[in-house]
Amino acid sequence: MRNKKSLTKNRLIWMYNQMVRIREFEQRVKRTFVEHPGVIRGHTHLGDGAEATIVGSLATRGDSDLAMPSYRCHGYPLVLGTSPRKIMAEIYGRKDGLCAGFGGSMHLADPEHHFPGTSGIIGQSIAHATGAALTAQVKDSGQVIYCFFGDGSTKQGAFFESLNLAAVWKLPIVYVLENNHYQAYTHISLEDANYQAGDPLSKKAQAFSIPGVTVDGTDPLKVFAAVGKAADRARSGKGPSLIEAKFYRFSAHGNAITVPPVPTQFPEHEAVEVYGKKAEFAAAKKRDPIPRFRSRLIRKGILPVAEAKRIEAEARAEMDDAVQFALASPLPKPEEAVKYVYA
Amino acid sequence: MVREMMYGEAIATAITEEMQRDSSVVLYGQNLAMTERDPMLRKFGKKRVRLAPISETAEMGVAVGAAVTGLRPIVELWMSEFMLVAFGQLINEAPRLRYMSGGQVKVPVVFKAGYGFAAGWAGQHSNCIYHAMMGIPGLKVALPSTAADAKGLMASAIRDDNPVVYLHHYMLTLDKGPVPEGDYVIPFGLADIKCEGSDVTIVATGWMVKKSLAAAELLSQQGISAEVIDPRTLAPLDVKTIIQSVKKTGRLVLVDQATRHASAAAIIAAEIAEHGSGALKAPIKMVTALDTSIPFSEPLENYVLPNEEKIVAAVKSVLARQAATV
Repeated sequence: MRNKKSLTKNRLIWMYNQMVRIREFEQRVKRTFVEHPGVIRGHTHLGDGAEATIVGSLATRGDSDLAMPSYRCHGYPLVLGTSPRKIMAEIYGRKDGLCAGFGGSMHLADPEHHFPGTSGIIGQSIAHATGAALTAQVKDSGQVIYCFFGDGSTKQGAFFESLNLAAVWKLPIVYVLENNHYQAYTHISLEDANYQAGDPLSKKAQAFSIPGVTVDGTDPLKVFAAVGKAADRARSGKGPSLIEAKFYRFSAHGNAITVPPVPTQFPEHEAVEVYGKKAEFAAAKKRDPIPRFRSRLIRKGILPVAEAKRIEAEARAEMDDAVQFALASPLPKPEEAVKYVYA
Repeated sequence: MVREMMYGEAIATAITEEMQRDSSVVLYGQNLAMTERDPMLRKFGKKRVRLAPISETAEMGVAVGAAVTGLRPIVELWMSEFMLVAFGQLINEAPRLRYMSGGQVKVPVVFKAGYGFAAGWAGQHSNCIYHAMMGIPGLKVALPSTAADAKGLMASAIRDDNPVVYLHHYMLTLDKGPVPEGDYVIPFGLADIKCEGSDVTIVATGWMVKKSLAAAELLSQQGISAEVIDPRTLAPLDVKTIIQSVKKTGRLVLVDQATRHASAAAIIAAEIAEHGSGALKAPIKMVTALDTSIPFSEPLENYVLPNEEKIVAAVKSVLARQAATV
C-alpha cells in the first residue's frame, strides 16, 4: 500500500521538479501567443493548475504503466520522459514535432514513453484508455492504465459506458476525474447534477458500484495516496476506481477561436471573461498548488531554498530551449501530408 | 481443398482460424458467449472471447484503445446501424489516430456487422450505410458477396493493420458456396469478375451481386452478354478493373442497395466519368433503392429495392441508348 511515508526525499523533490516543469512549459506555450503571434494555429489547451494532480497520480505508476489523458495533454508526457523540444515543436506545427506536425497540441502521442495518444473529442479517449486496460488484462502485462479526463467528459456517454464495461470486466484502470470546475466555458454549477445536489462528482462511481473518492487535487500527496490505492486495487485484479481530483484551471479553456488572418490569443479565464467573478479566480490562485507544495517542502526541511531555485531556473532554461528549438525547426514538406493515412 | 459451406459459416471459420493463428486477436460483442457452453469461449477462453454490454461507444472505443496498445480486436456489432450510435469512434477516432500521431501508432481493429436486411425489419435495421465510411481516409470497408469472399476478406481484415469495417449481407447468410480450406486471404482492393461478358459491365456489391448475376442469366437468354464485377472492398476501391471492363463493353450499370445519393454507385460513377468516360458508348445508369426509408410491409419493401427486373431494364436502356446513337 502506498502512502506519504513511501515517498523518499528525492522523490518528493522529483515531484516538485515535475510540477515546475509542467507550469513552465504551459507558460511558455501561452507566452508564444504574445511573443510569436501566429506561430500556434488551431486550439491549444493548457493544464496550469493541474500539476499536483498530474504529478501526484503519475508518481504512483510502475515503469510500464500507461497514461491516457484528454486533449489537455501537454503535462503528462513531460513527466513520462518526452522531450519538451518535441512537444513544443509539435504545438508549433514543425517537422521535428512529436507527431511530425500531424497532430498538434490536442493530439500528442509518444508510445515509446508510455503515452499512446489522445483524442480531441471530449470523453472519447476514456473508451480508448479502457481499451488499453483490456490489452493489459488480455496480455497479463501487469500494467495499470491511468485515464485522465475533465469534469465535462463525465457528461459523455463514453464515460458511463466505459466505466460500466471496465467494472464488468474488472479492467486494470484508474479513472482520474480532473474537476477543474469548468466544462469548456461553462461553470460546473450549470451542467452537473451531482454538483447541483451538493454532492461530490465521485458519487458517479456509485452508479457502477466501484470505489469513488474525492481528493484535493491541489495537494500532490493527497492525490498520490488516493490514486496509489486505486492503482494497487487495479493491479491486483479488483477493477477500476474513480478519483475526483478537485482543482482550478488557471488558464481559459483554450486560446480564443479566431479566423485567419487574425492571430490566436489567450483570453482571460472564463471566471473573469464570461462570469465576471474576479474574486473566485483570485481565491483559486491563492491555492496554487506549486508555491504551496514548495513552501511545504522547504518548511519540512526536504527542499533547501537554493535547490528550489535551482530547479526553477533549470525548468526555465529547459523550456526556453524547447521554444528556441521549436522556432528553429522547419515546417513539414507539404507533400508529406499524404503519409501515415494507412499503416 | 475446397469445402462447401454457408456464407455465415465461412465468416465464423475465418475468425476461428485467425484466432488460432494469432493470440492477439480478441472477439467481443453483445449477446455473445453468454454461457460456458459457447464454442468460441470454450476454444479461446474468457480473456479472448467476451460478452459486452449494449454500449457501442465503449465497445468500439475500447477496441480502438486495445488496438493501439497491441491487440487485434474484432467487435461483433450485429447490425451496421448500431455503429451509428458510436459513429464518432468509427469515423473520427479509429481512422484518425495513426495519422494524427505522425504514423507512430496503428489501429488494427475489425468492426463486423450485418447490413441490408430485407426481411421486414423496416426503417432502422435494414440500411446500407457504407457510403459514409468508404470516403474516410484511414478506414477500409469490405463487403463480401460469396462464402469464399466472406472467409478471405475476413482473414484479410483481421490481419490488416488498419481499422476495417466488415459488412456482411444478412440476405446471404445461408447461401452456400465453395470455400478454400486453410489459409485463404483475399487482398483488399482487388475486384472480382463474378461473370465475364462483353456487352455491358454491371458493378454490384453484397446481395446485389446475386441479383446482378440472376439478371445476367436472364439477359443471356436474350442474347445479351453482361459482365458482373464485385469490387469486394469499397475502400480501397479497385477502379482499374472496372475501367478495363468498361473499355471492353462500353456500357456501365451500377447496382446498389443504398439510396441513390448515399450509394457507393454514385462514387464509382464519378470515378468512371472522370477516368473512363472515353470508353463509354452510353451514359452510366444507376440502379439503387428508391429515396425512401425502408418500409415494413413486404410489397412496399420489394418496391423500393433493386431487383433482377430493374437491373435487366437498366441494361436494356443503356444498350438501346447505344443503338439510338449508332
